[in-house]
Amino acid sequence: MTSLRILVPIKQVIDYAIKPRVNATRTAVVTSGVKMSMNPFDELSIEESVRLRERNRDAVRDILAFSAGPAKAADTLRTAMAMGADRALLQGEGSDLEPLFVAKLLREVVHKEGCNMVICGKQSIDDDSGQTGQMLAGLLGWGQATQAAKVDVQGSEVVVTKEVDGGEEVVRVKLPAVVTTDLRLNEPRYATLPNIMKAKKKPIEKKTLADFSVEFGKRLETLKVVEPPPRQGGGKVDSVDGLISRLKELGAI
Amino acid sequence: MSICVAQTRASLLRLPHQSARSTVRSRPFTPSPRLLNTLAVLEHKDGKVSSQSFPVVTAASRFGGPVTVFLAGSGSKEVSEQAAKLNGVEKVIYASNSAYDKGLPENFAPLLVENIKRGHFTHVVGSHSAFGKNILPRASALLDIQQISDCIEIKDENTFVRPIYAGNAIATVRSTDTIKIVTIRGTAFPPAEETSDTATIEEAPIDPNAECTTVWVSENLTRSERPDLGTAPKVVSGGRGLKDKKNFDRLMLPLADALGAAIGASRAAVDSGFADNSLQVGQTGKVVAPQLYLAAGISGAIQHLAGMKDSKVIAAINKDPDAPIFQVADVGLVADLFQAVPELTEKLNAEKK
Repeated sequence: MTSLRILVPIKQVIDYAIKPRVNATRTAVVTSGVKMSMNPFDELSIEESVRLRERNRDAVRDILAFSAGPAKAADTLRTAMAMGADRALLQGEGSDLEPLFVAKLLREVVHKEGCNMVICGKQSIDDDSGQTGQMLAGLLGWGQATQAAKVDVQGSEVVVTKEVDGGEEVVRVKLPAVVTTDLRLNEPRYATLPNIMKAKKKPIEKKTLADFSVEFGKRLETLKVVEPPPRQGGGKVDSVDGLISRLKELGAI
Repeated sequence: MSICVAQTRASLLRLPHQSARSTVRSRPFTPSPRLLNTLAVLEHKDGKVSSQSFPVVTAASRFGGPVTVFLAGSGSKEVSEQAAKLNGVEKVIYASNSAYDKGLPENFAPLLVENIKRGHFTHVVGSHSAFGKNILPRASALLDIQQISDCIEIKDENTFVRPIYAGNAIATVRSTDTIKIVTIRGTAFPPAEETSDTATIEEAPIDPNAECTTVWVSENLTRSERPDLGTAPKVVSGGRGLKDKKNFDRLMLPLADALGAAIGASRAAVDSGFADNSLQVGQTGKVVAPQLYLAAGISGAIQHLAGMKDSKVIAAINKDPDAPIFQVADVGLVADLFQAVPELTEKLNAEKK
């Protein structure tokens, strides 16, 4: 079995339970003073990496969590380490970094750290692009398995059950590979207090953009951000007959 | 702005056969058609163009330039004939090679990239489906392009509208890349219709036949007689309130059949095993926008609303009068779904007779 050095990209996003608000100048969503958490799909990535190790102690040599973004993303990397990542790397500059740019940073991390597997979320719940993993696989020339519902490392290959439209599909990808996680993959654990304490002793290496030979630049310019047109509830009916006749009035049946 | 000027110029330049084929809805903008060259990447299955691909052709023709359709895999030559009839298509290119049958990105992305370069395409459009989401970002990276995902509106040749934060905000972005690679939300564009015109069909000029280290092993697709969830005009969707899979099947399947609707589910219902994951409606599942969306036993969390709030009419049955779903529902019934759903099914069936 190939000894795995896993890279887990982590993004700090507005907590999934919070309804985002567009700012007054209609240029972005308000993030200051808003509860931030680890992107839910990234929690699945960490969890899966840790489970790969728990299933076979010798299989996983290293779990490295990496985040690119504001300096306070360090909090989220601590959480990743409390869940079981061995160490963390933070490129703590810039915000709203585009997927292609992040993929290029990740490619450098992979090369420098000698990673042979990347497990990342299928999308971030803020930008909802769903691109980074696939872009990274393309840049590295590695195989990819997106929207994973089951991951099984067998020798020098990883067998992945993927969520696709209309059901699921199984692929066998040669390592090194990029896997992106879907919700059904696992149930992420809570970081326990002892593990949170232990995570404080684990190293976070801090980097800046200058440490990477990736030229910073945005390809997409955000012209405006608005709230979607509000939808008004149309009131209630008190019986099934009322429901049917109202649906008929609306031309829905 | 010089929008009016551009429009006049373009209408002078537009050839008669192009206007005959132009889409039913007027184009929101008119760029210079000489420079634009759009590639629409289509999916096909069982010898037919897949349903999620028809809106891709519509979106591609919004740019105003010639639209070439791209198909790959065994049988793509035969499917080309159907694609050639779609409104707005000028040319179809196909790569008839079984290596592309399973849409594996490791060789499909290089195939696409080489043909994008060879054809000097300025715009590439695909569906934000499992296929498009898997392949197009990889192709974008190989071309050093920042893709625009899940586009719901094309403002002009560089400017796109897309939902972010689970549809809680709508962003307008302008791309500065040389090639715009876009995945579109299928429910935001009408499906292209078949016309009597036939576009030219050619074999793809280049097939790099890149090595693919990934092997497709198997698939397990939910076969159903019901309409496809993503494109169905009516959807009935069940949530946690159904309590178990037996209830889900017992109550929701007959209701779907009475309405001729597709079946959907909330994440809670999927996680609890009531319904297959491929039926999940929401930010992380399918996005639907049917004529009628009927939610039974679904509270209406923001992640679920992200997947259905563009439905024309939303109906909700829930016993909790404070459930957030009632804030978006056009018609709400506060009732126990175990009584209301069978009654509704029965009355709908009685009316049909």
